[in-house]
Amino acid sequence: MSPIGLNHMLILSTALFFIGVYGFLTRRNLVTLLMSIELILNSVNINFLAFNKYLYPEKLDGLFFSLFIIAIAAAEAAVAIAIIINLYRSHQSIDVEDADSLRY
Amino acid sequence: MIDPDLILILLFLPLLSFVINGLFGRKLPGSIAGMLGSVSILISFLLSMSVAYTYFFQVGNISGVYESLVPFQMTWLRFSENFSINIGLLADPISMMMIVVVTFISLMVHIFSLGYMKGEERYETYYSFLSLFTFSMLGLVLASNIFQTYIFWELVGVSSFLLIGYYYQKPSAVAASKKAFIVTRFADLGFLIGILVLSYYSETFEFVTLTERLVPGDSEYSQAASSAGFLGISALTWGLVMIFIGGAGKSAMFPLHIWLPDAMEGPTPVSALIHAATMVVAGVYLVARLFPVFSLACPVALDVVAWTGIGSALFAALIACTQTDIKRVLAYSTMSQIGYMMFALGVSGYGGEQGLGYMAAMFHLFTHAMFKALLFLGAGVIIHYVHSNDLKDMGGLRKVLPITSITFLIGCLAIAGIPPFSGFFSKEEILLASSHSNFGIYIVALITAGLTAFYMFRLYFSIFWSKKIEVNSGHRHEGSFSMLAPLLILAVFAAISGFIPFGSFVTSDGTVLETHFHLEFSILPVSLSVAGIFLAWLLYKNTSSVPGRIADKAGTVYKVIYKKFYIDEVYEFITKKIIFQLIARPAAWFDKTIVDGMVNTAAAATQVFSLSISGFQSGKLQHYAFYFIGGAIGLALLFIYYLS
Repeated sequence: MSPIGLNHMLILSTALFFIGVYGFLTRRNLVTLLMSIELILNSVNINFLAFNKYLYPEKLDGLFFSLFIIAIAAAEAAVAIAIIINLYRSHQSIDVEDADSLRY
Repeated sequence: MIDPDLILILLFLPLLSFVINGLFGRKLPGSIAGMLGSVSILISFLLSMSVAYTYFFQVGNISGVYESLVPFQMTWLRFSENFSINIGLLADPISMMMIVVVTFISLMVHIFSLGYMKGEERYETYYSFLSLFTFSMLGLVLASNIFQTYIFWELVGVSSFLLIGYYYQKPSAVAASKKAFIVTRFADLGFLIGILVLSYYSETFEFVTLTERLVPGDSEYSQAASSAGFLGISALTWGLVMIFIGGAGKSAMFPLHIWLPDAMEGPTPVSALIHAATMVVAGVYLVARLFPVFSLACPVALDVVAWTGIGSALFAALIACTQTDIKRVLAYSTMSQIGYMMFALGVSGYGGEQGLGYMAAMFHLFTHAMFKALLFLGAGVIIHYVHSNDLKDMGGLRKVLPITSITFLIGCLAIAGIPPFSGFFSKEEILLASSHSNFGIYIVALITAGLTAFYMFRLYFSIFWSKKIEVNSGHRHEGSFSMLAPLLILAVFAAISGFIPFGSFVTSDGTVLETHFHLEFSILPVSLSVAGIFLAWLLYKNTSSVPGRIADKAGTVYKVIYKKFYIDEVYEFITKKIIFQLIARPAAWFDKTIVDGMVNTAAAATQVFSLSISGFQSGKLQHYAFYFIGGAIGLALLFIYYLS
C-alpha cells in the first residue's frame, strides 16, 4: 500500500465536489442546499491544500486561499440563512420548488 | 467711427423687451407690458437716429463716397483657417436707412397698439412678439454676412407666423399663419441653396468680400462661378436666382404671393408693421444688398428680378381693384408697390446715373413704408370702429372719423403719386429709370400707376363717402390719443418725406446722385393717376349700381380677376391632385408597407423566438443550476479533449 499522495487527495476532493453538486441539484430543502454548497467549497479547499503541500511545500499561497474561502463561506452562510428565514416568513416554506415566482 | 455699442444696444433692447414680456408679462399689471415694449423701441429709435446721423453726416462719407463699414465683428463658427462664419454689424447707406425705417414704423405701431389692443387677452404676448419681430428685422438689416442674414430671415418668418396666428381661436387665422410659414419657408429653401452656391464659389459669407470677389474682374472666384454651370446656365446665375426666389417668397412676388393676402388675418397693426412696411421689403433689401453682384456679374438674374417685379405689380393692382375686404385691397397694393421696387432694381444699372433705379427703389421703399403703414393703421381705426373688414359695411365715415379720413386721404394721395406727396417723388424716379432702360416695363408701370390711383380712391370713397350706413358700434368715438397720434405723425411723413434728397444718401455705388425734376416727364403719370382718381370718384362717390353693372359686363374677365386669377386654386390643384396623389400617397404606401413592414417582421420574428425559449426561465433555481453546471462541464470537456 502506497502512502497517501496527491492523487488520493484529488480523488477525495472530486468525490466531495460531485456529492455537493448532486445534493445541490436534487435536494429540495434550502438548508440542505446550503450544506451542499459547503461541500463544494470544502472540496476546493482540499484541492488548494493538496497542491500546496505536494507541489510547493515551501510556499503558503494555497493555505491563505483556503483561509479566505472559509471566511467567505461563513459570510455566505450568514447571508443565505437570512434569505432562507425571509423566504420562510413570506412563503411558510423553505422548499426551493416553492420559490419560483421569478419567471417569465 | 461708429460706436458699435450703440448699434448693439439698439439691436438688443427689443430682444430684452421680448424676453421680459414673454416670461413675466402676465405678472405685470395693466398695460405695463405695452409701455415697456414701446419705451424700449423708443430708445432703439433714438439710438438708430443717432447712429444713422453719425454715419451719414460724420463718418460714412469718405471723399464723397459712402463706404461700407463693419463696426463690430466676431468669429462665431470656425471651420478652417480661412473659412469661418462670423457675427457682425454692417453699416452702409441701406442698412442705416432701414434701421431708421424699422424702428420708426415699429415705434408707431407699438404706440398705436396701446389703444388698439387694449383689453385683449394676450396683450403682453402680443407685445413680446412685436418686440421679437423688431429685433429680428433689425438683425436682418444689420447683418454683415449672408449667413447671419439667413438666421434673422428665418426669425422674421417665425415672428410673422406667430403674429398672423395671434387670434389662434380662429381657424382662418391658424390656416393663414401656416400658409405664410410654409410658403415662405419653401422659398427660403431657394435662398439657402443660393447662399451655398455663392459662398461655395466665393469662399466667404461676408457681404463685402463676397461682392468684391464675385464682381467680374481678374479674380479666380468670379471666373470659376461664371464658368461652372448647370443646364446651360452659369452657377452664378443659379445662385442669384435662387437667392431671389427666397426674396420673392418674403416679398410676396408672383407666384409666391399667395400667403400675403391671407396674412391679413393677423391684428391690423401687425399688418402695418410686418406685412406692409418692413418684413415684406426684406426681399427688395436682399437684392439691393447683393446689387453689385446682380448688376455687374449677372444681368440675366437682374432681368428675372425686373420681369417678376413688373408682373407682380400689374397682377396685384388688377386684383386690388376687385376685392371688397379693405385689408386685402391694401395687401394687394403692398404687393404691387413691392413689385415696383423690384423692377426698379431690375432695370437699374450700377453706379452714377445708371444707378437711378437702385436709388429709386430704396426711395420708394422708404416712402412706401411711411404711407402704407399710415394706410394700414388708418384701416385699423376703421375696423376698430365698424368691427368689420368688408367695404359694404362702411360708408360715410368721414363724419365720425374726421382725423382718420384726412390722414387716409393723405396716404391715398401719396400712394397714387400726386405731387407734392411723397409717393410722387419716388414713383417718378422709378418710372424715369424704367423709361430709360425698357419701354415695355415703362408702359406696364404707367398702367399700374393709374390702376393704383383707381383702387386706392375706390377704397377711400367707399369708406368715407358713399352713402351713410348706420353702424351699430358700442363706442362712438374715433379712438384714443395713442391711436391717433401715430396716424398724424405718419401722415406728416407720408406728405413730406418726398422732399428728402435721397440721391445724396442712398445710391448703388455710394456716390451722390443728383436727381432732376422733369416736368414734361411727370405730366403723363400724374394725369393717369388723376384720371384713376376721377374714375373712382365717378363710380364710388355715391352708392350706385354702375360698378356692379360694369362688373357684369366684364363677365368672365371680372370673375377671373375677382378670384385672384385662380392662383390659390392652382396651388390647391398642384398640391392636392398632383403632389399628394402622385408623390405623397406612394410615399405613404412605401412607408407603411415596406419600411414599417421590415420593422414589424423583425419584431414579430423576435417575439416568436423569445416565446419559444421563454420556458427556460422557469423560476426553478435548480434548473438554472443544472444548466450552469452542465455548461461548465461541457466547457471543461471541450477544453480538455479538443482544444488542449
